[in-house]
Amino acid sequence: MTVDFDRVELSEVSRHFGRRRAVTRVSIAVSRGDILGLLGPNGAGKSTLIAMLSTLVVPSSGRILYGRQSASDGGAALRSRIGLLAHELHLYPELSARHNLEFFARLYGLEPGRVVPAALESASLSDRADDAVAGFSRGMRQRLGLERALLHNPRLVLFDEPFTGLDDRSVNVVADRLKHLASAGTIVVVATHDLDLAEGLVTRVAVVRDGKLICDEPASKGLRSQYRALVGHA
Amino acid sequence: MFLRTALLVLKKDVSVEVKSLEIVFTTLFFAISCVLIFSFALVGPDGEAIDKAMVPSAILWIAVAFAGVLGLGRAFERERYGETLKALLLAPAPRPAIYVGKLLGILLLLFMTELVLVPTIAFVFDAPLFDRVLLLAGLLVAGNIGFAAVGTLFAAMLVRSGSREIMLPILLYPITIPVLIAGVRGTSALLSADPSVPAATMWLSVLLSFDVVFVTLALWTFEPLMTE
Repeated sequence: MTVDFDRVELSEVSRHFGRRRAVTRVSIAVSRGDILGLLGPNGAGKSTLIAMLSTLVVPSSGRILYGRQSASDGGAALRSRIGLLAHELHLYPELSARHNLEFFARLYGLEPGRVVPAALESASLSDRADDAVAGFSRGMRQRLGLERALLHNPRLVLFDEPFTGLDDRSVNVVADRLKHLASAGTIVVVATHDLDLAEGLVTRVAVVRDGKLICDEPASKGLRSQYRALVGHA
Repeated sequence: MFLRTALLVLKKDVSVEVKSLEIVFTTLFFAISCVLIFSFALVGPDGEAIDKAMVPSAILWIAVAFAGVLGLGRAFERERYGETLKALLLAPAPRPAIYVGKLLGILLLLFMTELVLVPTIAFVFDAPLFDRVLLLAGLLVAGNIGFAAVGTLFAAMLVRSGSREIMLPILLYPITIPVLIAGVRGTSALLSADPSVPAATMWLSVLLSFDVVFVTLALWTFEPLMTE
């Protein structure tokens, strides 16, 4: 069964971990072609929102719909349309770049011979394909992690702090890739606290603070002053 | 200067440890685990120390239990390092298949360990471990499956826990004590002066029953337990 959707909608979504409220009654929708910047200070609830969108964390209350389906309705077929790149890159450092990509391609039911060479090319790692990931720089790992997350051509792509530890060149590579994905009809959600990087990249801005959504509007110039007015510092 | 530096390092270590108590608990629980495992393996049902002929079987299963916990910890540490377990759970593959894959990896590791362990114990203790090799292999395979089935589930559940090194043996050893007892008794039945195949077969059936129950339970509970 294949699943596709044009829109992801969170309605009154909350998530508590014991007595700690990580996310409280957040309602937000994001559509194809959007790059939603999920902004907020550390501990605001961005990563929990990303984890819930990825289906790895279940909301304590409220619901998340992918088109007309919930995560439990969609199951494995829905997961096959979601790509996640977190700060931890979901790579096995002992394995080579090629071996990592081949493993994840097979896990997603893809033919490695059809997708892995192109992914290595996109990551500019064709010449280091058989080297262990442990020997790669942060930027190289990030590019590889990005291609791993996109191997299966997901409809919804979730990035949690994708720019941490990257040099300018790697930041530009990742940012260009995000824009390209959105223009190709992918729904992109980027959680970051880096306003400089979000400026000019995101098409919509959702600001969270203390687990609550305090702003959801189209991105405009002067993101930093907009953020400062909402959160108090930037 | 030398003493001052040494005391400074000691003071820092104590301050860190007082806040986390991690090393205290780890070493304490390891020591208690040792006592429990050795008592179940080396003390008979009548409270007397086991017969000398049973010592090699006790040592064999104690080694399996300790090697198993070590292997489980390392196998899941790898999945924790790059948070690759999340990537596995996000894949559109059946989640119980991920559990079975990890379980098979642990079993392979245990079998490889036993390929070295069994001849070593046979040599060191001059024990007739190879006299009824098929039954011994059956006991080890069934025991490994039971131990690893529970261990893989717990190790996966604890992968995000900061105190996983402490919690894994605490959770695992009490539940797998039947495996240890059946393994020791079954192997001892093969090693005694008057070997008893029916007794070894009975203990093998106990291990197989444990396997069926716990593999079924683990397959049933893996997905809900891994969803936060």
